[in-house]
Amino acid sequence: MTRPDLSALTASIRRPGTTALIYLALAAVVLVSGVAVALEGKNLFATANLVDMFTRTSLTGFLAIGMTLVILCRSLDLSVGYTAALSSLVAATTMDGQVANLPLAIGAVLLVSGLIGAANGAIVAFLRVNPFIATLGTGLIIKGYLDTRYKGPAGDVPEAFRAFGYSRIGPVPVSTLVMLALAVAAIWFLRSSRTGHHMYAVGGDVDIARMSGIRTDRVLLTAHVLCGMCAGVAGLLLAARFGTGSAESYTNLYELDAIAAVVLGGTLLLGGRGGVAGTVAGVMILAVLDSVFNVLQIDPFAKDVLRGAVIIAAVALYARRQLDRTARRPRFPTAAAGRTR
Amino acid sequence: MTAPPVLDMHGIDKAFLGVPVLTSVDLRIERGEVHALVGENGAGKSTLMKILAGVHTADAGAIELGGRAVSFTHPLQAQQAGVATVFQEFNLLPELTVAENIHLGREPRTWHGVDRRAMAARTAKLLDDLGVEGLAPTAKVGSLSVAHQQITEIAKALSQGADLICMDEPTAALADAEVELLYRLVRRLRDRGVAVLYVSHRLREIFDLCDRITVLKDGKHVTTVDTADITPDELVTAMVGRRIESVFPERLQGTETGEVRLRVEGGGNAWIDAIDLEVRAGEIVGLAGLQGSGRTEIAEAVFGIAPFTRGTLSVDGTPMRITGPRKAIRAGLALVTEDRKAEGLALRQSVRANARMILDANPRVRSRRRLGRIPGLLSSLDLVSRGEDQEVQFLSGGNQQKVVVAKWLAAEPGVIVLDEPTRGIDVGAKHKLYSVIRQLAAEGLAVLLIASELIEVIGLADRIVVLHDGRIAGELPAGATEQEVMAYATGRRGAEAEPS
Amino acid sequence: MTRYRDRGAAFGAAALRWIANPTATVFLLLLLIFAGIFALNDSFFAGPSFMAFLKQAAPLMILAAGQYFVIVSGNFDLSVGALVGAQVVIAARLIDGEESRTVPVMLAMVAFGIAVGLVNGIITTVLKVQSFITTLGMLMVLFGAIKLWTGGAPTGALSESFRTAGRLGIENVPVLGQIPWAVLIVIGLGAGAIGLMRTGFGRVLMAAGDNERAATLSGAPVNTVRIAAFVLSGLSATVAGILIGGYAGVSAQVGQGLEFTVITAVVLGGVVLGGGRGTVLAAIAGALAIESLFALFNQMQLPSTLRPTVQGAIIIAAVAYAARRRTRRGAAAKTATATATPS
Repeated sequence: MTRPDLSALTASIRRPGTTALIYLALAAVVLVSGVAVALEGKNLFATANLVDMFTRTSLTGFLAIGMTLVILCRSLDLSVGYTAALSSLVAATTMDGQVANLPLAIGAVLLVSGLIGAANGAIVAFLRVNPFIATLGTGLIIKGYLDTRYKGPAGDVPEAFRAFGYSRIGPVPVSTLVMLALAVAAIWFLRSSRTGHHMYAVGGDVDIARMSGIRTDRVLLTAHVLCGMCAGVAGLLLAARFGTGSAESYTNLYELDAIAAVVLGGTLLLGGRGGVAGTVAGVMILAVLDSVFNVLQIDPFAKDVLRGAVIIAAVALYARRQLDRTARRPRFPTAAAGRTR
Repeated sequence: MTAPPVLDMHGIDKAFLGVPVLTSVDLRIERGEVHALVGENGAGKSTLMKILAGVHTADAGAIELGGRAVSFTHPLQAQQAGVATVFQEFNLLPELTVAENIHLGREPRTWHGVDRRAMAARTAKLLDDLGVEGLAPTAKVGSLSVAHQQITEIAKALSQGADLICMDEPTAALADAEVELLYRLVRRLRDRGVAVLYVSHRLREIFDLCDRITVLKDGKHVTTVDTADITPDELVTAMVGRRIESVFPERLQGTETGEVRLRVEGGGNAWIDAIDLEVRAGEIVGLAGLQGSGRTEIAEAVFGIAPFTRGTLSVDGTPMRITGPRKAIRAGLALVTEDRKAEGLALRQSVRANARMILDANPRVRSRRRLGRIPGLLSSLDLVSRGEDQEVQFLSGGNQQKVVVAKWLAAEPGVIVLDEPTRGIDVGAKHKLYSVIRQLAAEGLAVLLIASELIEVIGLADRIVVLHDGRIAGELPAGATEQEVMAYATGRRGAEAEPS
Repeated sequence: MTRYRDRGAAFGAAALRWIANPTATVFLLLLLIFAGIFALNDSFFAGPSFMAFLKQAAPLMILAAGQYFVIVSGNFDLSVGALVGAQVVIAARLIDGEESRTVPVMLAMVAFGIAVGLVNGIITTVLKVQSFITTLGMLMVLFGAIKLWTGGAPTGALSESFRTAGRLGIENVPVLGQIPWAVLIVIGLGAGAIGLMRTGFGRVLMAAGDNERAATLSGAPVNTVRIAAFVLSGLSATVAGILIGGYAGVSAQVGQGLEFTVITAVVLGGVVLGGGRGTVLAAIAGALAIESLFALFNQMQLPSTLRPTVQGAIIIAAVAYAARRRTRRGAAAKTATATATPS
């Protein structure tokens, strides 16, 4: 009588979880990279290289954590790069070199970035605009504002806050620790809060979620607000690193890095499956690759090529794993059914 | 003192676009009763169930739950009132676990968030109460068998405090061993005082499981009887026995049965097995069987959508391996699919674009002459539209179906498979299609007609092939009665007949 | 009297229907913008200056036609901006100022455009990667590869004959002054695109975007036509690259962000994301509307840096408007669905 249970069990053994796979992939990438760097007579795990690697994770990490939430809800946010740039300006101009202004500045950043997220969420949830278009649109609106209002760097970040950009504990920068703490919070949020839990349902099937009494619009809105605020935190980090607000930083297309990390981390672009743990691994894989390129002094542009290829390959791979899901249940499963007469 | 019935529906009327589907239907279900709702396809069972589930709203009549009058405009209201419906398509999220699905939207909480442990414990207790073994609360629903998914759905309904659970053809997708599991579950529900409305075609299940039976016919209530007071044969007579009115046109003068155009020998794949079938020029062969018996699967195998993996298929005497629609079309086959909106039409395109679709998509069958025939074809089908530029989404169901038929006839096929060609269309369009089918036979096409309304198959087909559980259960000549067809279709007669 | 009013009402209703038709809306919008420009500066519509405006707008119109094919078949192509940039850089580097290399390099560019389209199409259809991801990945790859190849900044130079198409035209035409080659190319390609949509290919493409399953069951080679759409998009980026390179010369920024402008243009033309609805003429008109809006800004002496803001607002508004229309229709369609399956 326990046959179905057994088959479920064996199925889970044969198919390791996606998160486990992605960490295996991370380990493999680290291993191969370490060997490749060693062959060049260098040490990937030298302190300087480790610092470089970790430093690369924080900014993308902040953005990718927020992006995970919206993608889980089957939405998207292409405006995060612009939101981060704007946030860096809001932070630096509000601080204006005064330590006393720090709380106000952080509050202002979270407010502004949260409002942008809310606008995105409202457009997607209530106006039913395709999230790609909606967030592209808000991104462009912010871009126009930045281009018009700021011709160069603006504001001044006090030394105390700049420390957030460079200080570290051992080889690990404080910003990375903050990012990891945020990741843990997000994992808790998705796993244990009702709203977070409902994000999986909204991304899985909006109609079923609605039929179960979930306020799907609110869930979507929450995801977008949180994503916006994550971009705000990324903006704070930008301000701390540059010591000033920088409108130009959106040209780095951070949003694409974030989406890449999320997708690489095994979160389904169509929503309903994945999580922040995978995203963190995705961020790390990208950081390791960047570091290796750096250490081996490979042309930095090669990393864009590789990144594009890796994303496509990852999605193609996940698409393959998805395929057998939709199949109808066979009545005559094997050739053994044969003739009956 | 008698408690009020769990459900009392009376005088329910429902019409779609002026076509009455239910007329003054009554249904009364007592506490702790398993109540069967039976009737042929088109008798109105599903509509009645959807009214109960809050999907449709009745035009007239009253619904009382436990003596309290209710009216639903949204499925959520029905759920909150204690009516749960398990449709054939499950409302479950495959990526969530059993426990998460059951508690979706009503998760238990502690001070630090969703209480998964409580959720799992409650689920385990619920499943235990239901006597379900081997279903882990933490298993992902997507990895479960159909039977276990169904159980999950039922458990979800129960946890919402349902007093009445409606099941729509619950065994359609189950294997025999799984049916046993469902039986036990339904009996357990009854013992707990939950009422079950059991919609099924399968007489054996009804007699095994149900206390009382309500029969619907043509949207009207025929009778409600205790199961003990009726025999299977009497029940079938009550369900069918519709007179075959003169709606079906006679076989046309000069229709000649010619060479075999489509032949399948020993055909089978994962869903059907041991299919021997031949259709001659000028012949209409009917495929009958219950839902899930493999009718559509045969159509899909012939057309190469889910090809035969065993046996041989030949068209006009030439053996062929048809591995996809393109090959099928080149071989002169046509398939009017069951679901015209999802599979037949590009709804946002014009009548013309849809009617040309086969020719546009297949240069090998395209010709100036065939393109030129399209306007004539459409008018010979009596298509009513605001012109060939009108988007098909704005046509009525009947006219949409005429566009689908025209699109296939434009390619001048030799064999046409019609899967439920009259589903959901008005009477006028139905009659038109019937005479078109006769006309096609007269023109020498081989017609394979699939219909769940038995009278259609009986009224039109020259021979009737009856399926049961993916195999051919028997073959009947024209003029067979509905009882005879049902006897094969329900598995009471045929190759592997089981005593009922 | 009443009769007269009835007729007026009927006319009004017909006019409203026409305006509500998304394809017509874009032409109306275009007319309004032109009226605005005319009010500020009527000399804009003098032959030579209007021709100059059209010359500048030509590349976007061609890209819109290319993107239209991809969108109407149910996909996106985000790689066109990067491809335009890549083509210009490739041309400069390979030609390197030598007249004699012009034609072979142009042929190589066409081949490259086709290759990029093929790769996009095959990954999207055969490997079943969402086109958003495929073309985003392609964008990154092209961007990086070109920088890698040139070492960061574009090198080489375009030849004079290469720049002819983008810069010159038929000179000394009465009233108009110059009829730019770019305008003639737009007219030719636009007519070709309209003609193509009327062939079997066009209808199959449309059907594939509307209902993939129905198209497949009708024997339509859905994957093949979708791949072809990506190839057409790649070709449109090639032509646009030749025109832009000719008009504006080589720089590292060529093409940046163009993909979003193009999608805005196509959406503004009433083409529905997800496929199956819209005309190529309206998509091209959408591109012209965007360019004329930018021209209006110039006339109003607004900073060009505000362009993205307006573009963002337009794209949201256009799609929200279309979504609202669909939900209203959807409500009507739902009753029809219910009737389809009464049992």
